[in-house]
Amino acid sequence: MSLLSVQNLSVTLRGRPVFRDVSFAIEPGEVVGLIGPNGAGKTTLMRAALGLIPAEGRSSLAALEPRVRAKAAAWMPQSREIAWPVSVETLVMLGRTPHLAAGQSPSDADRAVVETVLARMGLTGLRARAATRLSGGEQARALIARALAQDTPLVLADEPIASLDPAHQISTMRTFAALAEEGRAALVSMHDLGLAARHCTRLILLGEGRLVADGPPGAVLTAERLARVFGITAWFSQTDDGPVFQPLEVLR
Amino acid sequence: MILAGAALLAPALPATAGRPERVVSVNLCTDQLAMLLAGEGQLISVSFLAADPRSSAMAEAARAYPLNRGRAEEIYLMRPDLVIASRFTGGATLDMLRRLGIPVAVFDPAVTLADVGDRLRQMGAVLGRTERAAQAVAEYEARLGALQAEVAQRPRAALYFANGYTLGDRTLAGQILLAAGFDNLATEAGYSHGGTLPLEVLALAAPDALITGRPYPGGSRAEEILEHPVVRALRAGRLRGSVADSDWICGTPFVLGAVERLIRAREAGPEARP
Amino acid sequence: MIRLMLILAGLVAALFLASLTLGPADIGPGESLRALLSGDGGPLTLVMREIRLPRALLAAMIGASLGLSGAALQGYLRNPLAEPGLIGVSGTAALGAVLAIQTGLSATFALGLPLMALAGALGGVLLILLLAGPRGSSLTLILAGIAISALAGALTSLVLNLSPNPFAATEMMFWMMGSLADRSMAHVALALPLMALGWVLLVTLGRGLDALTLGEDAAQAMGIRLSRLRLALILGTACVVGAGTAVAGAIGFVGLVVPHLLRPLVGARPSRLLWASGLGGAAMVLAADIAVRLVMPERDLKLGVLTALVGAPLFLHLIYKTRRDMP
Repeated sequence: MSLLSVQNLSVTLRGRPVFRDVSFAIEPGEVVGLIGPNGAGKTTLMRAALGLIPAEGRSSLAALEPRVRAKAAAWMPQSREIAWPVSVETLVMLGRTPHLAAGQSPSDADRAVVETVLARMGLTGLRARAATRLSGGEQARALIARALAQDTPLVLADEPIASLDPAHQISTMRTFAALAEEGRAALVSMHDLGLAARHCTRLILLGEGRLVADGPPGAVLTAERLARVFGITAWFSQTDDGPVFQPLEVLR
Repeated sequence: MILAGAALLAPALPATAGRPERVVSVNLCTDQLAMLLAGEGQLISVSFLAADPRSSAMAEAARAYPLNRGRAEEIYLMRPDLVIASRFTGGATLDMLRRLGIPVAVFDPAVTLADVGDRLRQMGAVLGRTERAAQAVAEYEARLGALQAEVAQRPRAALYFANGYTLGDRTLAGQILLAAGFDNLATEAGYSHGGTLPLEVLALAAPDALITGRPYPGGSRAEEILEHPVVRALRAGRLRGSVADSDWICGTPFVLGAVERLIRAREAGPEARP
Repeated sequence: MIRLMLILAGLVAALFLASLTLGPADIGPGESLRALLSGDGGPLTLVMREIRLPRALLAAMIGASLGLSGAALQGYLRNPLAEPGLIGVSGTAALGAVLAIQTGLSATFALGLPLMALAGALGGVLLILLLAGPRGSSLTLILAGIAISALAGALTSLVLNLSPNPFAATEMMFWMMGSLADRSMAHVALALPLMALGWVLLVTLGRGLDALTLGEDAAQAMGIRLSRLRLALILGTACVVGAGTAVAGAIGFVGLVVPHLLRPLVGARPSRLLWASGLGGAAMVLAADIAVRLVMPERDLKLGVLTALVGAPLFLHLIYKTRRDMP
């Protein structure tokens, strides 16, 4: 069964069509990279799929009650907003919100989930620190951890690795891969096509106001599409160390 | 005090026997004194407060006069040959009138019942109506004398107004209370002039009588205290009375009305309204 | 957390007792409490039950309301400068209350007073949320607050000046600065129903406000219904601020100072801050009301004067700290 199924989704913001008739589905075990140039509508597509903004067409998540949806998909927005100096542990525990009944405090099971996620994101040592005092990359990891603590079959993350150092970029992508191995899935928007090509099982390319391509990285990242949608040339090869993708030159 | 005013106006008066012909009063209290004593056509304007029945005992009479709001400009345009004001009237206005060459007579407020006679005489002097004044003083003193009887049991009364303000013996209201045969609780509590008497002090002092002002229309937080449960409890089963501001703001013969009302309240005993 | 709550509750209880036993009438503490409980109908019982008890109750109720609404507004707007007095909600509530009194509505229908103040407060909250937007930036919040306060203050002043009652015109200070002098149980009864409703609405916001720490998108994706949360916040704030202002005038800065002081002690969590600020606000207003009676017993010093003396410097400090965010 699909974890997310989107059919003919179209969004118009302030009278300007962002994209039209986007359809795709995400199955368990997939790490789907959502790629496309600036302004292609990656964020808008994810928010529309979640039902956070009005859209035409159908999205299986948008049709759900908010509390039910919160158990079906977790969402990590691009803005790294942390309003108050709460501890990292408290921040991650917020991810358990949908699992708590009104007035219920976190149980041992909730604490165990948080513990696992903190370890997974390498945050155990930072658990007591005020989240607002962390570095940008540490904050990003804490916010990813928060989304993971929601313990949902599907995680949607908007540029989760944008401000991370290379080691944490790789380990974060591995985390998503590990989720996929557990039978869950992730939809991750990103600009680093190299990481996308290496770590995603599938890429969705958004551009020109529509879904341009959807498939395995090798099939999506063709020279012709890179030139047309991104305006770049690139070197892409399957090596002994796995797929390697390196952007080279700007065309226009 | 009288003479200060009289001396000031002396040089400006017309030659006709020192009697001003176009007199403007700008203060509620001098308004009433002037209306009581002025000759036909002598008084040409009184203040607007004089026509307000809530504050003035002569509101009806005042409506016959053009009303002023005590502004130098409007007063000047009335071309008065005498302006009568109180010590409380704005100094700047009076200075302006004096610079414009208009004589100004200033009256002190009355704080005792005896002052009322003095003010009547003072008003008679500045209006050139000393005979009429002497007559009014005689009437006033006769009535006052008749009211002042010896009281064996003087009830302890508290005057209680908006904002919890009380008045002591050294005020006109306090004097009225004494004349009516009451002892004033405010003086006992150390407020000989007056001041804010905390509600709990009032409650613990448990006066025999509570005399309040009459509320104005429109409502205010200041007057809410007169409906406070404690005030209501103090009124219940005790002597009580209320006196309208018009009866005792000003030292005029009308204060005797307030004295009479309070005497009736005292004699009627608990529960009866005056 | 539980320890903090116990400490705050103990503080409120101690201040409440102090408020009951202090006053211009010189009565011993034991004697006064006996009179309060035994009720022999004497003047002492009257003083305790009709003067001091309502005063202490109102101080605690209004303080709790201000602390709670301050914490809730800050949590929702994610801005430590939000406070009912500073953003003009108390001012519009006072305008509603003054209108109720001067039109005679409160005289014909007792609940007219708190309901009109509620309507005023509602107008103020709606206006501020409209002007400040979903995430109130400090600058728009302060500017909108100044504008709303100024307008509400001017209209209140106008209504009072037009009143036929000579005392009304002099009462601007009361409505702007607040006072608990000479209140009675009737005022407690007027304010309590609306306040209680507001408290219930506001304390249920905790989880939503916690989630909002991460922004509106994340909160929504965690199952928080933002429109419902916003409605509860608006109604709850209007209820508690309206009811409080109707009987005691506008008391500023409590909703600013209390959450600010308590935030570090609750790990900055908005949900815990709600409860703590309720207790802390009660303690602050009780303390301020005791102070106005001790410092200048004769002068009816306004409560808002004391809270502003503590709050305004803190407000300036917060502006200094947040100015980096301002454009």
